[in-house]
Amino acid sequence: MDFLSVAYALLFYFAAFVLVVGVGRKIVQYARTPAPLKIPTTPAPTTGTGVVLRLGREVVFFSSLFKSNKWTWLFGWMFHLCLLLEALRHLRYFTQPVWGWVVLVQPFGKYAAFGIVIGLLGLWGRRFFVDRVRYISAPSDHLMLILLLSIATSGILMTFVDHTDIVSLKAFALGLLYADWQPIPHDPLLLIHLALVAALMIVFPFSKLLHGPALFFSPTRNQIDDAREKRHVTPWASDTGTGAAG
Amino acid sequence: MAKFQTPEIKEYPVIPRIREGAMAGLKPLTAKPDHQRALGFPGELMDNWKEVAIDKMADLLGKYRSLPVFLDACVKCGACTDKCHYFIGTADPKNMPVARQDLLRKVYRRHFTFAGKYFPKLVGAVDLTKEVLDDWYSYYHQCAECRRCSVYCPYGIDTAEITMAGREILDSVGIGARYSNEIIGKVYIIGNNLGLPAPALRNTLEGLEEDVKEDTGVDVRYPVDEKGAEVLVIAPSADFFAEPHVDGLIGYGKVFHEAGISWTLSSYASEAANFGIFIGSYENMKRVAMRIREAALDLGVKRIVVGECGHAWRVAYSFWNTLIGPFDFLDPRYPAPQHICELTYDLIQRGALTLDKSANDHRVVTFHDSCNVARATRMGNKPGGQLTIPRDVIKAVCNNFYDMDAGTIGEATVCCGGGGGLLTDDLMELRVKGALPRMQALRHVVEEHGVTHMAAICAICKTQFAKVLPYYNFSMDQIISVHHLVGDAVVLGAKQ
Ligand code: SF4
Ligand code: SF4
Repeated sequence: MDFLSVAYALLFYFAAFVLVVGVGRKIVQYARTPAPLKIPTTPAPTTGTGVVLRLGREVVFFSSLFKSNKWTWLFGWMFHLCLLLEALRHLRYFTQPVWGWVVLVQPFGKYAAFGIVIGLLGLWGRRFFVDRVRYISAPSDHLMLILLLSIATSGILMTFVDHTDIVSLKAFALGLLYADWQPIPHDPLLLIHLALVAALMIVFPFSKLLHGPALFFSPTRNQIDDAREKRHVTPWASDTGTGAAG
Repeated sequence: MAKFQTPEIKEYPVIPRIREGAMAGLKPLTAKPDHQRALGFPGELMDNWKEVAIDKMADLLGKYRSLPVFLDACVKCGACTDKCHYFIGTADPKNMPVARQDLLRKVYRRHFTFAGKYFPKLVGAVDLTKEVLDDWYSYYHQCAECRRCSVYCPYGIDTAEITMAGREILDSVGIGARYSNEIIGKVYIIGNNLGLPAPALRNTLEGLEEDVKEDTGVDVRYPVDEKGAEVLVIAPSADFFAEPHVDGLIGYGKVFHEAGISWTLSSYASEAANFGIFIGSYENMKRVAMRIREAALDLGVKRIVVGECGHAWRVAYSFWNTLIGPFDFLDPRYPAPQHICELTYDLIQRGALTLDKSANDHRVVTFHDSCNVARATRMGNKPGGQLTIPRDVIKAVCNNFYDMDAGTIGEATVCCGGGGGLLTDDLMELRVKGALPRMQALRHVVEEHGVTHMAAICAICKTQFAKVLPYYNFSMDQIISVHHLVGDAVVLGAKQ
């Protein structure tokens, strides 16, 4: 085993650890913090099933974003959908034998990378050309787009221009999963691609990428509109106040 | 009084280009030390305000899930940037919902997140300084807590929650807005926002009975503190005398009269509005609301009905059960609390009222959805009843009804410009500019359909419009209570 292979193996263990623990801690924080008052944005569902459907529409179709801005919706939705396809396609590097449906995704997944790039460029363009969005963009917002674009571009180059040694790469990936380390191909594009993915995993819990898990905890979206029918009480709130009933 | 220009209504609504600092100087008067202390806050800005503010922020982050979730989740997509009526009216970028949140978020990041502690420049994190604190005071008092932004945000981020937190932190270090905090004090001492004492209230209501008798020849009652009445009506105190509110109260009385339901007001709980919500103070909100539970128990009523008041209906519908429930002492056959529009609607459905629609034939009416009714409450059993029921009531009493543009009503409704504790003269510039989107939509139906009146079910909306309509060349009496329309159409004595 050479130095690079060991370094990359350790990097990915570290990145996975940070991602899982970091996001896990955030989820625990969100889950533990009470929502003392009923604040669903109405009209809101009056049943639990309704709430599941509402969140489903947000996750699958970005329904609120669709209401607000068609361009942002188009680029954002395209980016996320293609990212999903791409992620599913990448399962082929972690499964042996490759699952049947992952094989089916492959042809779409290959071209989804272009959807990712177009979506990201569209979103990035807004940060320059729409004065309101320019005003609210911090350096980290630009960097995040650069990071994602670099991952996508290095991936595209490997898929369509300069193929890497897929067989060894897969051996390396499976080796990580089964703690049976294998050497990594010394291909600059691949090494860049993987390092950036590891970076993305590491920044996830400390960045706005938390919007993924956070959506499920958003009280304006996940609460049932039943304030009159069911008394909503949380510990600190019921102990607070004027001493009278409650 | 500072001079300002009323925005011009263009042919089509336009999103302005940003103008940094356009509203930078604007802020409401601060509360006097006495008023602060009466609410349990320090009288003036403390010496160690920085630590206290950060501690308070930590406290709130642990108490309200909305805060950490909303502060973390924003991706700066910009979808909300053109959704706030104050941004549209003022062009000040800090009035874009996300930028308003960022005023708090940048301090949250600095003090409570890894990225902000170690890479502040990268993520736009800053220390809490006096300038930041001043910005909070200014821009958290340029938000009506109307929730329009939360409809459009992909994560439901509700800037109203951030504004409430911002105001609560400000109060906790000793800076509160005079308007809200002085009024809450009045409720504690006298029972209503206006500081109208019980004898004056009784007098006013007697006068009202005489007026109605003179007008109609019928003895319609406007009772107060009557033990054993079936219904306790909690109305905004504006209903007791000012136009256009009082005509709504007259309407409630006529409805009860015709339906044969005994009712009463309470001099102890003579206020529907609960300004505790404006300042984000759970304790004060609970204390204000508790008077209503006490009054209901004391008077032995079977039902509680809330009058035309927007934020009040939010507190009543969404929060009362939590704050002052359970309502197991009330008649379980009726929702507790019930909105006056729900009550009237049910009576109309049952045929309990005889209505003469032609009484409103001289009016062509549109309806302004009040922000907190539309986006924070419900009426009836179905989601969206808060949007359909008031309209169905209007259509039942009125032949000429036209809705405004779809993007400005229903869940997308634009705030009147005076909500959330901003209904004060020292913020007149903001109020006039913030009314622009509504005025634009109103102008459209006036030209298209000859609309003469805009009906509303909120005391703040009515007061605000009476004041700002003239700035846009409408007349102040074009704003009207829904129950004014109802009251005019009810045929008195028809059922006896
Ligand atoms: S709650 Fe209303 S007033 Fe406040 S930022 Fe959102 S849209 Fe603007
Ligand atoms: S719409 Fe939501 S996520 Fe997008 S910028 Fe506004 S607050 Fe942030």
